[in-house]
Amino acid sequence: MPILEFKNVSKIYNNTTKALTDISFSVSEGEFVSIIGPSGSGKSTILRCINRLVDATQGSIIFDGHDIKQADKKEIRQVRKKAGMIFQHYNLVDRLSVIENVLHGRLGYKSVISGVIGHYTEAEKEKAFQILAMLGLTEQAYKRCDELSGGQKQRVGIARSLMQEPRLILCDEPIASLDPSSSKIIMDYLSNINETMKITCIANLHQVDVALRYAKRIIGITAGQIVYDGPPEKLTKAKIYDIYQSDEGELITDVK
Amino acid sequence: MFVTRKRTFTLAFLGVALIFVISAVATDYEVIGGLESIPKAVVWMARHFIPDAKAWSRLPYILSKLSETALVSVAVTVCAAICAFFFSLPGTKTTKTAPWIARIVRIIAAFFRNVPDIVWAILLLFSFGQNILTGFFALFFATFGMLTRTFIETIDEVSASCVEALYATGATSLQTVFNGVIPSSLPEIVSWVLYMIETNIRSSTLIGMLTATGIGYLFDLYYKRMDYSSASLVVISIVILVIAIEILSNKIRKVIM
Amino acid sequence: MSELDIAGQPPLSLEISQYIRKTRGGKIKTATKSRSDHAIKITIFVLLTLTIYGFATFNYKNVDIAKALAGTWSNIKVLFGQPKLTYGTWGGSLKALFVTFSLGALATIFGAIIAFFGSLLCAKNIANSFVANITKSFVAFIRAVPTILWVLIFTVAAGLGSVAAVIGLTFHSAGYLIKAYAESIEEMDEGTIEALKASGASFWQIVFQAILPSSISRMTAWTFLRFEINFTNALAVGAAAGVGGIGFDLYMAGNHYFDLRELGFITYIVVAAVILLEMIATKIKATVR
Repeated sequence: MPILEFKNVSKIYNNTTKALTDISFSVSEGEFVSIIGPSGSGKSTILRCINRLVDATQGSIIFDGHDIKQADKKEIRQVRKKAGMIFQHYNLVDRLSVIENVLHGRLGYKSVISGVIGHYTEAEKEKAFQILAMLGLTEQAYKRCDELSGGQKQRVGIARSLMQEPRLILCDEPIASLDPSSSKIIMDYLSNINETMKITCIANLHQVDVALRYAKRIIGITAGQIVYDGPPEKLTKAKIYDIYQSDEGELITDVK
Repeated sequence: MFVTRKRTFTLAFLGVALIFVISAVATDYEVIGGLESIPKAVVWMARHFIPDAKAWSRLPYILSKLSETALVSVAVTVCAAICAFFFSLPGTKTTKTAPWIARIVRIIAAFFRNVPDIVWAILLLFSFGQNILTGFFALFFATFGMLTRTFIETIDEVSASCVEALYATGATSLQTVFNGVIPSSLPEIVSWVLYMIETNIRSSTLIGMLTATGIGYLFDLYYKRMDYSSASLVVISIVILVIAIEILSNKIRKVIM
Repeated sequence: MSELDIAGQPPLSLEISQYIRKTRGGKIKTATKSRSDHAIKITIFVLLTLTIYGFATFNYKNVDIAKALAGTWSNIKVLFGQPKLTYGTWGGSLKALFVTFSLGALATIFGAIIAFFGSLLCAKNIANSFVANITKSFVAFIRAVPTILWVLIFTVAAGLGSVAAVIGLTFHSAGYLIKAYAESIEEMDEGTIEALKASGASFWQIVFQAILPSSISRMTAWTFLRFEINFTNALAVGAAAGVGGIGFDLYMAGNHYFDLRELGFITYIVVAAVILLEMIATKIKATVR
């Protein structure tokens, strides 16, 4: 059974803007999917429909066997626990330490009171340190997040997601704000996590070459509709132009 | 291009001149008298507005009233800030409250903010009389309105991104507030509190004249008695207090931001 | 599973353990040790202590707080629910409102003129730092004296009436605008001034040909924001110093006639004016940003 299924999902903002139209696809457990498409095509909306940061207007979204579109508040919390998310701008609490930000990944599991006062068990703190070690951040554990570089911040974001023990990690333009070497580090980590920890990974990327290199499956979206769904090898140049609605020579990837 | 700029400049100049003339007529403002009065005032101040021995003997009393005013400012601002913070949360975009609730919060805040503190003071005189609480509540309502509006803006600006991430981990609204909103907006909130304390000390002076409390009352007392030397000591002590608080606040801001 | 099971976990390796900080009780620490957090904690603690001390030492004069608050609530209902002019007239009130606007306008115009020259002395990129520091200290001193006191001081020296009020209001008006204009000037592009200096332009030429045009839109925005504040100040001063305008009407209604309904009517006029000014101010702030 696939871990995630979109069936005829549509999203309309304010009764006027059609962000997604009749989206259907399914993702098996352990896949590394990359969604590509021009800005405003609906990539972010798809990710946010999965963890209910955005509510789809029509269709059904089945995550781990449950229809999450109908989920109530309690169930939404369960869904979000199972799906970690990393963001283009890292979305950390800059004034808090690295280790505190990582521990935020456990908030979904904690009672409201212990979450509010920030009481974590020793086991949880040790686990956080192990995750930091895995991502090469133990030396920065007590630094304030605003003292870190972009690549380090994104690693903290990944650590925070791993703390949730997720089944699925959603990546919204994870390397868009990073330089080429940090980008490789992050993509390598995501790839590693996907292969060794068997965590499904769905990443929005606007760098087509990165998507082709790391993903085992590409979904191309244009103007809210899927125009390509298949392995990277089958993604022809013509198809890429189709997705980005431009001609030969107008994309940065064309520059040799 | 130079022609149009010159034309706009001339028009603006004439516009301002017009406003000046109309305002002067409306208020019976004598321009010449106004200009003459400045040197007159400086001379008068140099002669009479200086503390004498009698004034210095009143210093302990002046200082006690001054500290009363200062404490009221601090107490008002702290209470208003706490209430404003929790009241502002549903008004922000980051806590996912229904838009109609957010709108009501903003309207209530606007109401408290736009009624000037002096109006509150006059109203409260009816039921509280000339009491320290009159000034307290007057400033409280005005500060509450101002801070609610400010906090809503601050929270939306500073914490929006990390709040989204916290919700994505499955955190509840309350957990998100304490783990994301508060840590990220706290420096700015403290900075605003310090600013409002300063402002409220000055407002207290005026309101104190109506409510017969605090340092404003003392100035009014000496002023009406024409005891200008004592009045001048009051002014000097206020200046020292305000400047001291300003310097302290700036130092604190440098460290916390 | 809401808590991680310690038993199921391997112990932390030595390499990781050396980076972990622990409390005396053996619990792992999580917070960073930053000066900023310390300062915030201390500030909050001091403020809370002062607040509690204040409440403990205020002289409440045996006022029955519950009764007074209940009285206030019923007064508010009368004030906002049944406004009615008895001693004043619609025309009189609007005229008084206009007078207050005018007082504010005059204070703003004078303040702007003084501030224009003052800001040239203050801006870090065109004034020498000694002069700038002196000007800034002078301005800080002026702003430290509450506006009402300036007005009252000038009333003695210049007699009752609008002259004292306007001059008194102008002090803070000028002080605020000097700071605001100086900031606008400092935001200017360094290169423009340097280039003109290099080409031999005189000081005043630089001012009128480069500085003024680049900062004028911000300065105008600040000036209007100050007008909003000056209006509220003129209101307050009118109430406390008997200078005239709608503030004085407020005072009369509340402290002379003790008429809540008249007070309510005038309050509506005042609030309408304040809201109007605020809406314009918000629009202006939006265009400048």
